[in-house]
Amino acid sequence: MAEMTYREALRQALIEAMEEDEDIFVMGEDVNKYGGSYGVTKDLADLFGDRRVRDTPIAEAGIIGVATGAAMAGLRPVAELMTINFALVAADSIINSAAKVRSMFAGQSSAPMVIRTVGGAGAQLAATHSQNFEAMFSHIPGLYVMMPAVPYDCKGLLRSAILVNDPVLFIEHAKLYNLRGEVPEEPYTIPIGRADVKRQGKDVTLLAYSAMVHVALDVAEKLADRGVDAEVVDLRSIRPLDTETIVRSVKKTNRAVVVEESWRSFGVGAEVATRVQEEAFEWLDAPVHRVSSEEVPFAYSKVLEQAALPSADKVMEQLREMRIL
Amino acid sequence: MTIEGVMEQVQSREMSLDGLDLDQETLHEMLYTMRVIRDFEDAAAEWYARGQIAGFLHLYTGEEAVAVGAISALRPDDKLMSHYRDHGHAIAKGSDPQLLMAELFGKKTGIVQGRGGSMHFYDTEAGMLGGYAIIGQHLPLAVGYAFASQYRGEDWIMVCILGDGATNIGYFHEALNFAGLWDTPVLFLVENNLYGMGTAVDRASAITEIHRKADAYGMPNKRIDGMNVIEMHREVRDAVAQVRAGEGPQLLEALTFRYRGHSMADPELYRDKEETEGWRQRDAIENFEQVLLSQDMLTQDEADDIRRQAQQTVDEAVEFARDSEYPPEEDIYADIYDEDTGDELVVWT
Repeated sequence: MAEMTYREALRQALIEAMEEDEDIFVMGEDVNKYGGSYGVTKDLADLFGDRRVRDTPIAEAGIIGVATGAAMAGLRPVAELMTINFALVAADSIINSAAKVRSMFAGQSSAPMVIRTVGGAGAQLAATHSQNFEAMFSHIPGLYVMMPAVPYDCKGLLRSAILVNDPVLFIEHAKLYNLRGEVPEEPYTIPIGRADVKRQGKDVTLLAYSAMVHVALDVAEKLADRGVDAEVVDLRSIRPLDTETIVRSVKKTNRAVVVEESWRSFGVGAEVATRVQEEAFEWLDAPVHRVSSEEVPFAYSKVLEQAALPSADKVMEQLREMRIL
Repeated sequence: MTIEGVMEQVQSREMSLDGLDLDQETLHEMLYTMRVIRDFEDAAAEWYARGQIAGFLHLYTGEEAVAVGAISALRPDDKLMSHYRDHGHAIAKGSDPQLLMAELFGKKTGIVQGRGGSMHFYDTEAGMLGGYAIIGQHLPLAVGYAFASQYRGEDWIMVCILGDGATNIGYFHEALNFAGLWDTPVLFLVENNLYGMGTAVDRASAITEIHRKADAYGMPNKRIDGMNVIEMHREVRDAVAQVRAGEGPQLLEALTFRYRGHSMADPELYRDKEETEGWRQRDAIENFEQVLLSQDMLTQDEADDIRRQAQQTVDEAVEFARDSEYPPEEDIYADIYDEDTGDELVVWT
C-alpha cells in the first residue's frame, strides 16, 4: 500500500473512474486552470482535456442544475462546489431537481452524479464560510451524504459515490486535505452506509465523522493512558446512517458520546442518539451525550472560533461528567 | 394590456401557407392536435370541478398554437422540457392523452404512475422530459441535458419552454450564461402570456420585451406571434436548424394568452373580461381552421371530422382514466433510489 494524502486519494479515485468511463466528467468553479480550490483536480485537465474537465461560472444553482440535466441524459458528472456554504445557493437544484427526478417521474429518470464539496470550520473564515450542513441535506430522501475522515475512505467512498445511480453529496473537510494515510494502489469501493470502527474498545463508544474522528481518536489515546478503553466509530456515511454498527458498538460498551462539528440542535448526534435509544435502550448505562459546536455563528478571531468548536478537552469534560473518567 | 397594445409589437405575418414544408396531412394533424389540447383542458376542468382531479391544475387553453407550431418543427428524437403548464406540450410531443388524463386522476396507469400529477408529466419515449414546477428550475437542467448531445457528438437538440415569469429569476440568467458559454444545443422558448400568476408582465419585469434579455448573453432572439401556428412553426424550424447546426443557443418569445385563470383556484380579479374576450376573438384554432378552409387545404367535412375525432380522443382518455386503478400504497417506497444497487455500493441498516 502506498501512503498518500486525503487530497491525493480523492484525486486518484477521480482519475481511475474517468479512465474507465468516458461519460464521467468534472465540472465546477476553478477545477481546470486553477486545479481546484483545494487542489483535488490539479492537472486533471492535462490528463483528460478541457472537454471533460470544465470550468464553470460562479453560479452554484446553475452548476448543480446543469450537472443534474447532464446526469438525466446519462452522463455522470462530478460537480464541485467550492464549499458547502455555497450549496445553499444550489439547494433548490440539489433538493428539488437532483433528489426528485427519479421518484417524481416514476423511475423514468435519474440523476447519477456526485456533488463534491467542502465543509468544516477552523480556518478563520467567519460566519458564512465555516458551516456544516450535513444534517440538513441528510434529511432529504433521494440523496446520499458522505463525510470521509481518512485517505483510505476518501478513495473507496468516492468511487462508490461515482458508481451509484443516484445523487451523492460528498463532503470533504477543509482541514484534512494534507492528512496522510495508507491507500491501496488499485481501485476499490467502500459501501455507502457502512460505518467503520477506527479503534476497538470496550468501555465507551465515541461516535464521530469527518474531522471529529481525529478528535475522538485523540481522546481515545488520552483515555488509554488512564486505563479507559474507548471504541471509536467513524460514521463515514450520514445518509444512510449505519444503525447496525452503531448499535453493535453501544451494546458492547454500554455508553456512547457523539462528537460532531455541526450545531447540536436537530443534528446528526440527535439522530444517532435516537436510534441508539430505540434499538439499545436496555444496554445503556448512561444517556447518550453529544459534544457539538456551540450554537452560534462562527466568528473570525481564532480565540472565538476555537471556543465555539468541539475539542478533545470538551470531550474529556463530557466523559468526566458521565463519570467515565 | 390590450391585445392591440401587445400585438402591434409583433411583426406578425398573415397566416400564409406559401413555401411551407408541411403537407396537407400534417396540417390536418396540427389542427387535430390543437383541438385535442383544447378539449383535453376542458375535460380536465370539468373533472376537477367534479372532484376527480385535485392539486394544482394549470390549463393551457388559448396557447395551443405555441406548443403545436413549435413542436411540429422538431424531430422525434429532439427533447423538450417544460414548466408546470405542461399538458399541451406533452400532447404535442406525442404522449398518449389517455396516460396523461390518468395521471391527472392520480391513477397507476398515469404517465408517471400518479407520482407527479398535472405539473410533472414525463414521457421518455416521446422525448417530453418533464414538467417542472419550481420556477426556472428546469432551465439549467435543459442546458445540462442538451450538453450531453454535444458531448457525445449527437445532433438532437433541446427545446426548453418557460413562461415570462421565469425570465425574472436567477436560474434564467445562470442557464442562458451557461448555454452561451458551453454552446449547448438548446432553444429557449418563452411563452409570454402576459401574466406571471396574477401579476402582469409590466408589473414584474424591468423590461417587457422579454426576448431582449437574451442580448445580455449574445444570444439570437426574437419576439413572435404565438397565436399563429404557422408562424410558430416557421420561426422554430429556422431557429432549430441553426441550433442543430452548432451555431449555439437561441431564444424565442412567443406572445400568447391563456383564456383561463392561472390555476383552477384563480378568480381572475386582476384583469378585465374584455381583455380575455379580445384574445378569444383571434383564437388560434379557429383562425387556423379558417385559413385552411379558405385556401382549400381542408373541406368543411374534414374540419368537422377532425373536431369529432379530437373530442372522441379526449372522451376515451377520460374513460380510460376513470376505469383505471389507483396505485397500491406500497408504491410510496418505489423509485426513491435505484432499487438494483448492490450491497457492495450501498447498505441500509
